[in-house]
Amino acid sequence: MHRLLPLLIAMAALPARADDAAALRVRSLAAQCAACHGTEGHAVEGSLIAGLSGMPASYFSAQMKAFRSGARQGTVMPQLAKGFTPEQVEQLAAFFAAQRRRP
Amino acid sequence: MRRREWLAASAALALGPGARAAAKARVLVVGGGWGGATAAKYLRLLSGGRIEVTLIDPQADFVSCPMSNLVLGGVWEMGDITRPRTALASGFGVNLVRDRVVSIDAGKREASLAAGPALRYDKLVLSPGVEMMWDSVEGLRAARDSGRILQAWSAGPETLALRRQIEALPDGGVFAIAIPEAPYRCPPAPYERACLVADFLQRAKPRAKLLILDANEDVTSKGPLFKRVWAERYAGMVEYRPQCKAVSVDAASNTVRFELADDVRADVLNLLPEMRAGALAVSSGLANSNGRWVNVDYRTFESTAARHVHVIGDAIQNVNAIPKSGHMANAQAKVAAAAIVAELSDWEPDPAPMLTNTCYSFVDAQRAVHVASVHRYEAAERTYRPVPGAGGLSAEPSEREARYAFNWARSIWADLFDPS
Repeated sequence: MHRLLPLLIAMAALPARADDAAALRVRSLAAQCAACHGTEGHAVEGSLIAGLSGMPASYFSAQMKAFRSGARQGTVMPQLAKGFTPEQVEQLAAFFAAQRRRP
Repeated sequence: MRRREWLAASAALALGPGARAAAKARVLVVGGGWGGATAAKYLRLLSGGRIEVTLIDPQADFVSCPMSNLVLGGVWEMGDITRPRTALASGFGVNLVRDRVVSIDAGKREASLAAGPALRYDKLVLSPGVEMMWDSVEGLRAARDSGRILQAWSAGPETLALRRQIEALPDGGVFAIAIPEAPYRCPPAPYERACLVADFLQRAKPRAKLLILDANEDVTSKGPLFKRVWAERYAGMVEYRPQCKAVSVDAASNTVRFELADDVRADVLNLLPEMRAGALAVSSGLANSNGRWVNVDYRTFESTAARHVHVIGDAIQNVNAIPKSGHMANAQAKVAAAAIVAELSDWEPDPAPMLTNTCYSFVDAQRAVHVASVHRYEAAERTYRPVPGAGGLSAEPSEREARYAFNWARSIWADLFDPS
């Protein structure tokens, strides 16, 4: 039995590992937003631009779409928003929505 | 530690507290600037603390190059651009070692330090910045050593020394900045420096002149924006001269000679020579692009010259409009950190990583402009391409963008060091 234990652990770990690998990619993609919006979307105190943590996914996606289309004006974001695919925007929206907003 | 042991460590953790975990994988980060500090923090963050991270830098504090032109313009002081690295230890468990890496043995996976014992690694991240090529301008090394002709292209004591020279400039005197051929660290920075020094001179020494002596054929970044500001805001004070490639300098008379253009004598001469990857990259044989820059696998930032050594920031060979900027070093550090976490977990690194860049430049103490870009890794070409239609410049300088620039600095410095 003990000879099977490593195998059992590996099998049990497989789905989780695939999820972890995918989660790492989304988390590191979201890290590109952190320079201005704060690590994991937690903006610095008194920030002039929005923190993204805890932002509802539908709101995040709508804003990115509005920046892309020009419906929402801005300085940097209308230019950066055009750099991400709709699929990436959905991934980012879900990631930031899952981060706990801090007071 | 090999992958199998890393996995064994993970499996041991899965078995619960009773199981004895094998040693953690160890990553050494060499250089605690924009790239290195970000890499150290994100290696801990993205691995959930499963990787042991040691950050080595000879300086206790981080001094920011971006925003340091505000110090030269008398808007900010050194304290405003200086940050401790201590939060990386207290907030993220990074081992901070104040020492200098003198050599890297990629075969033995070992880094030798100037003072402490050699350190072994599973992966090494090198973020060495740039080194001035003193001998590219005859006489510059001696002129620099005498303290007469400064660069201040790494922020620190030299920033303050150059500020003193500017303060001592006689009214009616000449400040000249000489710019090397691209690529060099931070393309718009010399032009921003010219603006902020001119802004100070307008207030303090209105009869002074400021010359921009550019080895390039034209302004290398934000050209139309800077040129309009020089023509309007600094009319009669700032003069831009392209195709001025410095070949020699005489410190006794503060005179610079050019390949083609006429000699220039200035009261303060801020002469920037050509640059290359930081000294450790060159001496370790990593600078395999013309002996100047480091070629990397852009998907993971692993050096093409040494396995398990990832190089980020200004030191790498840039491709397709990727600038040598602090923001870009921060962006690259995150891609490299994620790739290292993936590799140590036996996962495939992200096949399509992204890089973003946002760079603000002040045109005077109140107004700023920006350039922004998004870069996507193209697997077929094994390089980054700017995403078509994305990125761009400010329409015009504004006070709003100056407020955003200050906000950007506060935010990205926190992203380098601080817990969120």
